[in-house]
Amino acid sequence: MSSLILPAVLNGLTMGAVYALIALGLTLIYGVLHIINFAHGSLLMLGLYAAYFLFSYLGIDPYLAIIFVVPAFFVLGYLLQRVVIAPMSAGSEQNVLLVTLALSLVIDNLALFFWTSNTRTVDIPYAWDTVEVLGAYLTKGRVIAFFAALLVAGLMWLFMTRTRTGSAIRAVAIEKRGAEIVGIDVNHTYALTFGIGTACVALAACLLLPTFYATPQVGYTFVLVAFTTVVMGGMGSLPGALVAGLALGVIEALGGLFLGESLGQIGIFVAFILTLLFRPAGLLGRKPT
Amino acid sequence: MLEITGIHAGYGQMAVLRGIDMRIGPGEIVALLGSNGVGKTTLNNVISGFIVPSAGEVRFDGERLTGRRPREIVAMGIAQVPEGRKVFPNLTVAENLELGAFRRAGARKRQNFDRICAIFPRLSERLEQLAGTLSGGEQQMLAIGRGLMSEPRLLILDEPSLGLSPLLVEEMFALVTRINAEGVAVLLVEQNVMQSLGVAGRAYVLEQGQLVMQGTAAEMLADPKLRQAYLGL
Repeated sequence: MSSLILPAVLNGLTMGAVYALIALGLTLIYGVLHIINFAHGSLLMLGLYAAYFLFSYLGIDPYLAIIFVVPAFFVLGYLLQRVVIAPMSAGSEQNVLLVTLALSLVIDNLALFFWTSNTRTVDIPYAWDTVEVLGAYLTKGRVIAFFAALLVAGLMWLFMTRTRTGSAIRAVAIEKRGAEIVGIDVNHTYALTFGIGTACVALAACLLLPTFYATPQVGYTFVLVAFTTVVMGGMGSLPGALVAGLALGVIEALGGLFLGESLGQIGIFVAFILTLLFRPAGLLGRKPT
Repeated sequence: MLEITGIHAGYGQMAVLRGIDMRIGPGEIVALLGSNGVGKTTLNNVISGFIVPSAGEVRFDGERLTGRRPREIVAMGIAQVPEGRKVFPNLTVAENLELGAFRRAGARKRQNFDRICAIFPRLSERLEQLAGTLSGGEQQMLAIGRGLMSEPRLLILDEPSLGLSPLLVEEMFALVTRINAEGVAVLLVEQNVMQSLGVAGRAYVLEQGQLVMQGTAAEMLADPKLRQAYLGL
């Protein structure tokens, strides 16, 4: 049994990195716009299809597709916030909730209508190659996803703390009026943030596709874990999302090992409830002041 | 430099300002005095572009400000230090100052940063501290420093002495004089009549949305009506 634990932990970490990447976008949007983006899972689904169609029609490798899909989804996210969410919500946070929920329903059902509920996969043999890490055999596609997710989390942290735009985003997040006073365009900053969050989820999609699949419902598989990750890490906390995502990946893998594959997610929700009991603001969340 | 003519403004059906005419010349310190709820902050928000007046206009160097966005007004050289400071509590002091140059004077950020650190030694000791952990007085200094980072030609200070200890209030007014000496025109929105008139060249008194008195600080101090109404003398 103990010989299975290390591979489970390592596999969990690779999955956890993808959870973290999805949650990173979600927590960024929550932290800055104070909205819960119910459309996040649908955007992940769109990302998976984008990568799938690029592969099946143009033969573009999903990893190469990153350079097309991620910028395109940044623009998509920017426009969604600017053209759909902001005007329809008219400044009320309850409305935003409904708008993002409606958006997800519309996107999911359009996907079902146009693309049917067939499961689509891409055939990229090298992604299933195994690599030996500390005596455990891991799928290459997962290992790539792990390092890419960590890299992006690091880059995002640098962007948020070291650049002028990053400072502006953090300023808008907590003191909107003060931001307007120094001349920051708040609506632009909101849309920018939504775009970055959407780009993160698109990247996660490109990293997932080689070892996963696309269906119109695929978003649900991830969005529940992503919400859990966001709350567990501390809502709006980027490092929190990373830590919680990795932790949940490991917990899920260990849960699967001890309780059987289909019950793996029980561990996630037990860990979640325990976190809320003992640290209601999340692992790295700041207590409301 | 700043000319305000016939401004009417309010919130929905409620009229707050009823015909304001005001002028600030280059390099002047002008005090806008009045008690709570007479419309001082509303007028300030009209100048900064947060409220669009229902009538009248504001001009800055002859250019019409009315209808422009706050960020465009910042870019033209008007900086606001708002009531309640509105610093970014989750950012460090240094980051707060740097964002002051977001829309204007970005090329001279470094020099202005050093200059402001020299004016506010207490801030320069706390550059890496989060602004939310500063005392009220320090936050007020930071809000002013942030305003100065955009190299404003007109600085609007909304109740800078509010909530400060008497000693700090003294320091604040000395600071206003010092900033002004560098050529920045200042609109000082205050309830603290005595000290405001001590530093201002001219002053206006706002009551119920209308200017009821104006003149040089010396004239105002000698005015028996003002002495009675605001100084209890």
